[in-house]
Amino acid sequence: MPFMPVKFTLQKRVKLAQGLWMLYWVSVIMGILIFSLGIFFKIELRKRSELMDNNESHVVPNLLILVGLLSCGANAFGGKVCHDSLDPMKFSKWKSMLKPYLLMCCSFNVLLLVTALLCFLMQFAVYLTLAEGLKNSIKFYKDTDTPGRCFMKRTLDMTQIEFRCCGNNNFRDWFEVQWISNRYLDMSNDEVKDRVLSNVEGKYLMDSVPFSCCNPGSPRPCIQHHLTNNSAHYDYDHRIEELNIWTRGCREALFSYYSSMMNSIGVLVIVTIFLESADMAGLKYLSTALETMADPENPECESEGWLLEKGVKETFSEGLAKLKLLGKKNQVEEGGDAQETAT
Amino acid sequence: MVLLKMKFTQQRRVRLAQGLWLLSWLAVMCGAFIFCLGVYLKTELLRRAEVMDNAEIHVVPNILMMVGLASIGTNWVASRVCQDSMDASRFPRWKVLLLVWFGAAALLCCLLVAVVVLSYALQGRLEESLKVGLRNGIRFYKDTDVPGRCFQKETIDRLQMEFRCCGNNNFKDWFEVQWVSNRYLDFTSKDVKDRIRSNVDGRYLLDSVPFSCCNPASPRPCLQHHLTDNSAHYNYEYQAEELNLYSRGCRQALIDYYMDLMNSTGPGVLSVILIQISVLVSLRYLQTAVDGAMALENPEGNSEGYLLEKGLKETLEEVKANVLDMLKFGQVDPAAEESPEAAGGEKAADSPTEKAASPPSTS
Repeated sequence: MPFMPVKFTLQKRVKLAQGLWMLYWVSVIMGILIFSLGIFFKIELRKRSELMDNNESHVVPNLLILVGLLSCGANAFGGKVCHDSLDPMKFSKWKSMLKPYLLMCCSFNVLLLVTALLCFLMQFAVYLTLAEGLKNSIKFYKDTDTPGRCFMKRTLDMTQIEFRCCGNNNFRDWFEVQWISNRYLDMSNDEVKDRVLSNVEGKYLMDSVPFSCCNPGSPRPCIQHHLTNNSAHYDYDHRIEELNIWTRGCREALFSYYSSMMNSIGVLVIVTIFLESADMAGLKYLSTALETMADPENPECESEGWLLEKGVKETFSEGLAKLKLLGKKNQVEEGGDAQETAT
Repeated sequence: MVLLKMKFTQQRRVRLAQGLWLLSWLAVMCGAFIFCLGVYLKTELLRRAEVMDNAEIHVVPNILMMVGLASIGTNWVASRVCQDSMDASRFPRWKVLLLVWFGAAALLCCLLVAVVVLSYALQGRLEESLKVGLRNGIRFYKDTDVPGRCFQKETIDRLQMEFRCCGNNNFKDWFEVQWVSNRYLDFTSKDVKDRIRSNVDGRYLLDSVPFSCCNPASPRPCLQHHLTDNSAHYNYEYQAEELNLYSRGCRQALIDYYMDLMNSTGPGVLSVILIQISVLVSLRYLQTAVDGAMALENPEGNSEGYLLEKGLKETLEEVKANVLDMLKFGQVDPAAEESPEAAGGEKAADSPTEKAASPPSTS
């Protein structure tokens, strides 16, 4: 009792083969798209790896690149099989490879599912990495003379300008670190000495932010120093005034950028899963329809195609029985060896 | 005396038609490419229209867009002509249109050459336009409360950050204008009052620049205020220090950007000109070869293709004579009044000679 049988005339078979060929090429294009999105994601992670302490996880983009390449190859092969399917001579050489190919497509679909899940779940890892990395970046902002960290200032400034954000959670993160290097501080100055001594760790802390926090859209020229001191600026009250620096934190800004990227890639992978399943079903119908032709010499005859030869439960139990047999084969050999060694 | 004659067998004619069909479709793609190029250039110019004083430079992308569209149309017509050229019944209807087509194609090539020339020639005008536009932008930087100028500050700030430049020629342009609005100046403060009084126009001038001039790649946190005052900052000397501001002026930065854009399109435009010229020449050969073949008794036989039926000088003289004829039609009236009388006189002179001729024939 075949599972979901469909009757096929010659016309229907031809239409199925042509439609399936187009579908396979659409899947190849999807594979190329996933490959290029994987490369794009990898480049975006690399660009900002300094802000993530260089220990961000590249699992998702690597998996996307692998899946894209595999998808291109498998679907191109499927397209070639469809192209040859209506010519009995050409099709006969592909016949033997169809069963392993369909099994491979099944496992490829499982891999796609794993990739989609990772796309959605790894966002938590990205969030935590960003939080830790940005905290360190702000701490190392002033170390432009330390090898390995000399470009931290530039990276953080460009990120704050590009993503319109300031600090880790908000601009007050800059009040808690010394972001001016000691090279530019006049240690003989009384004011500087007071500030440094008033701090437990001897850090020169200010209520100022770097220039990259400034918002160009604000009507007032940027106030970046003495932010909490109302008397330092004319007509300024830091509690009620709409500050002319960015109020959003960079962790939130960067995370929303990466999470929207990962969400859209995840949706695309799910669409690919559906496409691949449709490809597999179509190929199964086509191959069974071509196999069950009553009279192989007469191409006009009718045939029947199905998804599974027996019902779902029976195929499942057959598969389990086969696995058990494989397991028992190993056991039989062991018993045989034991007998031989005994005798 | 034919110009550049070539012999064509039937097979060669068919090959020429097929090759020209492909070439004309390639030329259609090139036309689309030129159109897109024009659109891109125009968008880039419009994006910075606020810092440009006049729109003279827009003639380059406008011509590119027009030529692109016209090129798509003419080359599509050329492909249709190719398709019909092998069919003797359909080809003659294109006869008159082809003359117009040659004129149009030649005009397109000339326009493309003009675009390349213009993009170099207008560089000076662009520079002038940017000079005035940027000067106004810097002057109106503080007017964030004046309708029509409220976004000048944001435009200039974003421009300086994106193009990594400061001021018009350099950062000292900011020293000459008041870029802090009076709304944010405390007029009761002695410092402010001194500064304003020391200036003839009553402006509050500073030796400071806006934050958008700051260079993020500099190792030192940005010094933007009291730039000429060495004692205002620790370990700072105005003359010797590499300032952590952008050293380039925005006018130079924008000119470099637009010139790069137009120069990089130069080779593309030149190759499109070459393709268009080859389509023109091939179509002329095809037209003359097919016309020659259709005039033969055996249409499948050999025919000749040429560029001009007579030599270059003779063709030009013929064209001149045709044009003068057309002009003479306008002058027919004074001559026509005399000519009927002269014609009447001639006819009267003719008839006696005819009468004199006929009697000898009868008798």
